[in-house]
Amino acid sequence: MAREKGSVRKNFLKGILTENPLFVSILGTCPALATTKTLEAALGMGLLFTIVLICSNVLVSLLRKIIPEEIRTPAYIVIIATFVTMVKMFTNAFLPELYSTLGVFISLIVVNCIVLGRAEAYASKNGPFDSLIDALGMGVGYTLAIMLMAFFRELLGTGGFTFGKVFTFIPETPLIIPGIESYTISLFQTPVGAFIVFAIILAIIAFIKNRKAELKANLAKQEKAKKLAEAQAMAAKQAEGGNK
Amino acid sequence: MNIFVSFILAIISSMLIDNVVLSRFYGICPFLGVSKKVKSSLGMGIAVVFVIMLATTICWPLYNYVLVPAGVPYLDTVTYILVIASLVQLVGLFIKKYSPTLYKSLGIYLPLITTNCAVLGVAQGNTDQGLTFLNAIANGLGTSIGFLLIIVVFSSIRVRLETSNTPKAFKGLPIALITAAIMALAFMGLQGLFSGIKL
Repeated sequence: MAREKGSVRKNFLKGILTENPLFVSILGTCPALATTKTLEAALGMGLLFTIVLICSNVLVSLLRKIIPEEIRTPAYIVIIATFVTMVKMFTNAFLPELYSTLGVFISLIVVNCIVLGRAEAYASKNGPFDSLIDALGMGVGYTLAIMLMAFFRELLGTGGFTFGKVFTFIPETPLIIPGIESYTISLFQTPVGAFIVFAIILAIIAFIKNRKAELKANLAKQEKAKKLAEAQAMAAKQAEGGNK
Repeated sequence: MNIFVSFILAIISSMLIDNVVLSRFYGICPFLGVSKKVKSSLGMGIAVVFVIMLATTICWPLYNYVLVPAGVPYLDTVTYILVIASLVQLVGLFIKKYSPTLYKSLGIYLPLITTNCAVLGVAQGNTDQGLTFLNAIANGLGTSIGFLLIIVVFSSIRVRLETSNTPKAFKGLPIALITAAIMALAFMGLQGLFSGIKL
């Protein structure tokens, strides 16, 4: 049991940082570009996505010994599609605004590569609890990632955020950021802005990664030089001792 | 005549004005993944046209003549994805049997099409919007040809990008996405194309 504590946290966090489905694996890009016009829509998409991912991951994991190897992909797709249909109907009944905002992209969770990918790569090989944590981490990681994109798109495109438009159970409250409000670039609300924001975030991640790799290489070089110098000093000393 | 004109207009509008990739965001995964070489993107595009046309002609009647009369229209997504997955398998087997050369060039893209949102998106969109069969076909044709057009154009730009001197952080995907953004900007200019014509 001692192993579990650390590994559960690690399992959860890997979906958010090191194996982030959107920014590291570049999966699930369609909804990430299409539903990130506003922060709220992105949050809604992320929530629905996480629910589907958790349900399908746990069920696939429970059935992993029953489903025959040859037909596993169609079986997974049917499981995922069933949960998507359920989520779709619930959303239509309880959050009709969210349903009409996301539109066909709720159905398209079925073909989101992340859900099928996790079923195939993780849930089919691990127990239900581990799969649950994995799905939770991936879901939260994806939600945070698309919310980050929506944050920039809504802020730069409209000069603030509007809450309560999609989640109608909270009153509609526009939040306008004073400095930016008069310098909005409506391009960020169009598809063009989606591509640009995604590109810049990926470029920043690549920049940080390159920087880290460079630092590591430099550090390794310095260490090597140090060792070489030490070895030379030792050799010199020995040579001196020999001369004496 | 009128039907014919509106058919053509529907194709062009879903191909250029409301392009799948650049304004509806369907099929971004293959758009980014299979566009490093012109040849492979052409193969992918043709395979997508094939599967979308078949899926449209099967899913629309299935929904309107089977699911709705049976009282289970909410099973649409499950049905469509099963139809698409089996269709992809079937097309793969068929091509393998009758044209091994075509299979060699298309074969590896076929499994990827199952998870291409453009296929499910078109099938779902056709019935969600309650289009007529003719309009559904026009939508499928326009969408898939639009996808083929964009992925081929995009890959021919990307080939040039490989050899050009881009900033280190933008190498690979980020610069490709910037290219896509500029293409989307260009396609936004087509939005007023039919403003004078009454549909």
